Amino acid sequence: MATKKFMYLNRKAPYGTVYALESLEVVLIAAAFEQDVSLAFIDDGVYQIIAGQNTDGIGMKNFSKTYNALGDYDINKLYVSEQSLSERGLSEADIMPIVYEDEDDDWAEKSSIKIVSNAELTKIMAEQDVCLSF
Amino acid sequence: MADILGANVDEEGFLVDLSDWTKEIAVEMAKHDDIELSDEHWDVINFLRGYFEEYQIAPAVRVLTKAIGKQFGKEKGNSKYLYSLFPYGPGKQGCRFAGLPKPTGCI
Repeated sequence: MATKKFMYLNRKAPYGTVYALESLEVVLIAAAFEQDVSLAFIDDGVYQIIAGQNTDGIGMKNFSKTYNALGDYDINKLYVSEQSLSERGLSEADIMPIVYEDEDDDWAEKSSIKIVSNAELTKIMAEQDVCLSF
Repeated sequence: MADILGANVDEEGFLVDLSDWTKEIAVEMAKHDDIELSDEHWDVINFLRGYFEEYQIAPAVRVLTKAIGKQFGKEKGNSKYLYSLFPYGPGKQGCRFAGLPKPTGCI
């Protein structure tokens, strides 16, 4: 089976709608097909990977820990829009650390997070075979 | 609704309330499947519970296989070994004994 480039675009805040959790579940399920998978966090989607999430007050499951499992599923390209962060008064320091172990580099832990400009993101999106927007 | 030692389980035998889990429930579930839990079973069950605690999901079999091999030795990091412990599938049966939900994407 030829490998295709899949990108999942995450544009919505993590709670309040089901989009973020659904996207994450689709990503984990589709990981079984061993394609070239990347994720992008744009607009309110950047809130999905903000550090220190606490859902106690809204009675919903805090699924933010699950993003840390992505490395186990060989998903290690998480692009975050620099512009979306700064529009919300956020920076890279507000994002939770998400890492993977590099099999080709003696299992060294490396960050999966890549902060990119919208121009860079546009270019990366143009390289994809499939973009799925959530 | 069916129950095991007083804890509700769904139609596939998974715990409805994950906080109901006890070791006795795991032993009882295994007994229903004609399995006596060995130390090797408990290694996998405890690993699954730890993984769920850390990531809030049950790992895919591919991920479980790799992680077990890394933690308990290469000879155990294969699906043949895991299926010898959990003949109905390390993901599905192992997660059920461990009191986890059915793995995401498992049918």
